[in-house]
Amino acid sequence: MSLFVEAFFLQAGYNATLVAIGAGVLGFAAGASGTFPFLRKRALISDAVAHATLPGIGLAFILMVTFGGDGRSLLGLIAGSALTAWTGLLLIEWISRRTRLTEDAAIGAILGTFFGAGIVFLTVIQGMSAGRQAGLEGFLLGSTAGMLFQDALLIAVGGSLAVLVTWLMRRPMTIVAFDSDYAMTLGYDVRRIDLLMMGLVLSVTVIGLKLVGLILIVAMLIIPAVAARFWTDRSTKMIWIAGCIGGASGYLGAVLSASAPAMPTGPIIVLVAAGIFVFSLLFAPDRGVLVTLFRHRGFQARVHRRQGLLALAAHHPIREAYTLRLLTREGLVRPDGVPTDAGRAQAAKIARDERRWDVAREIYQDTGLTGRYDGLTPIEDVFTADEIAELDHQLGPPVTARTE
Amino acid sequence: MSPTIKPAIVSDLGHAVGPARAPRDAALAIHGLTVSYSEKPAVFSVDAAFSTGEISAIVGPNGAGKSTLLKAALGVIPRLSGEVYVFGDTLRNARARIGYVPQSASVDWDFPTTVLDVVQMGLYRKLGLLGRLSGQGRAQALECLDRVGLADFANRQIGQISGGQRQRVFLARALAQDADLLLLDEPFAGVDAATERAIIGVLKLLRKDGKTVVAVHHDLATIRDYFDRILLVNVRRIAEGPVATTFTTENLQATFGGRLATTHLSELAIMDDGH
Repeated sequence: MSLFVEAFFLQAGYNATLVAIGAGVLGFAAGASGTFPFLRKRALISDAVAHATLPGIGLAFILMVTFGGDGRSLLGLIAGSALTAWTGLLLIEWISRRTRLTEDAAIGAILGTFFGAGIVFLTVIQGMSAGRQAGLEGFLLGSTAGMLFQDALLIAVGGSLAVLVTWLMRRPMTIVAFDSDYAMTLGYDVRRIDLLMMGLVLSVTVIGLKLVGLILIVAMLIIPAVAARFWTDRSTKMIWIAGCIGGASGYLGAVLSASAPAMPTGPIIVLVAAGIFVFSLLFAPDRGVLVTLFRHRGFQARVHRRQGLLALAAHHPIREAYTLRLLTREGLVRPDGVPTDAGRAQAAKIARDERRWDVAREIYQDTGLTGRYDGLTPIEDVFTADEIAELDHQLGPPVTARTE
Repeated sequence: MSPTIKPAIVSDLGHAVGPARAPRDAALAIHGLTVSYSEKPAVFSVDAAFSTGEISAIVGPNGAGKSTLLKAALGVIPRLSGEVYVFGDTLRNARARIGYVPQSASVDWDFPTTVLDVVQMGLYRKLGLLGRLSGQGRAQALECLDRVGLADFANRQIGQISGGQRQRVFLARALAQDADLLLLDEPFAGVDAATERAIIGVLKLLRKDGKTVVAVHHDLATIRDYFDRILLVNVRRIAEGPVATTFTTENLQATFGGRLATTHLSELAIMDDGH
């Protein structure tokens, strides 16, 4: 516990501090730049892009060693991974645009092919006598052990740039994600904006490879955006909320993994993000599962109550057990379905409203008001007291319920 | 014209509430069916009974919940309340007796399947998982295609035929099921005149065999020629009954409101004063 507190306040050593700050910044950048791909319903392309970095890493390593270099040069590996990821991205775009295959099929094909090629390269590298192997496997699931200052700097600079570009391009990206045809008529180059969206994803992926690894980086791009969607109905706000969720997951995840021995950082970060997502899914106001469930149940009760009273008014039996339970609980009918005095009074009111609606629908045919004749809208919501008085005048004196 | 107000009796809720019990011979009986996509009912407390051996229409303006009513009756979309009986039995038990022809836009036209394959899908439930499609099944499917006039197109990929022909393929698929109750969602929407004639011809032959047909329909001009019975809905049940007595100017006005010009209505509907 004390280790957690120490790590939380960045007192757990140089490396842990570097990792926590790096993961926080990376999380923020990933959350912010994952927002628009998610809104464009292209979240899974990021997964293909991430997997397509692997052959680039392998190729870059082989090339650098062949030409007598270190092989582990971060810039070289990043350049290689970005190159193959970009190639994979363009191929997906080309397949779904030029062939009859859909995007999901293209994603599956490219992801598998590139990742397979990457694994082959890694195996070849393991067999190479030249060069130290340098733990390229760390790029698969990420590793924090060897985090250097220059790694953290790369994340800080690259991540800030990704957030900045997301912010600057928020309007074009919003319009393309919402209504790409309209964006085209405005003169936006939709294809380029789509590529930019994915380019941002690619940048975050590449800078986060070492920390989180290419298999899990997609989670940092998508999960914060998905969670953020529960808390706002505005895309611009979503960028920041997703950023904060991503940043918090990154920081907390790194701190958690630092405060226990031999905990993998990347997976812990993803699990923290998933925890925030589950919380949002359940408890978010308005869109959360619980609120939606309660709202639905309340609405269903309203419908059944009204239908039950309609049946009483028409002297029909109440058919459904739920309706009967509902009206019994309110004291409107006895358990055998016979209406109480209160139930009779309510039914008479319903019957009167129904007749008011009938008259109103004949009189106000052309006003569109009658479109609200949906069984649940109280007539008082549609017509003024004076108008209702006029309807009642047409109806004649009120009739009380007959007693059988 | 001042509205004539009927004498008010509490038990008379007129159009809005159907009979307490559906007739025993009803092929499809719906009681108090309510469906909602949001917090506003798309269909509210609709009662309806479609009799065996008749061709019935469900009619109402756009967005009145016609297709929703049909799909909820079939259990394709969940209902908030209400009960559905098919030939006096529950939906679950009567599945095999129901054939459904969807609105044409709802499938993947690039799907790798031929016209004949699609018709044979109507036989899948009877075949089960291990049953083999016999030559007899194939012949049966071909015969159904022939009944809708598409026998020559049996081996085409499903996307390689015209819109009207696609609609007829779906009808042939429902025919292959040999269902007793056929539900169609706008079968005449966007089809050419030849297809429309072919479809209504098939439906009338089905009626002759004692089958029941219920169709969501939007063309008021053909109601009297095609249908025996009509259910007018606009979220709620507005009127239901034989076309001869129910398809009236007054009922249409109540269903469509100001959305149809009165002159147009009176041309279409059976005149109340006996024309």
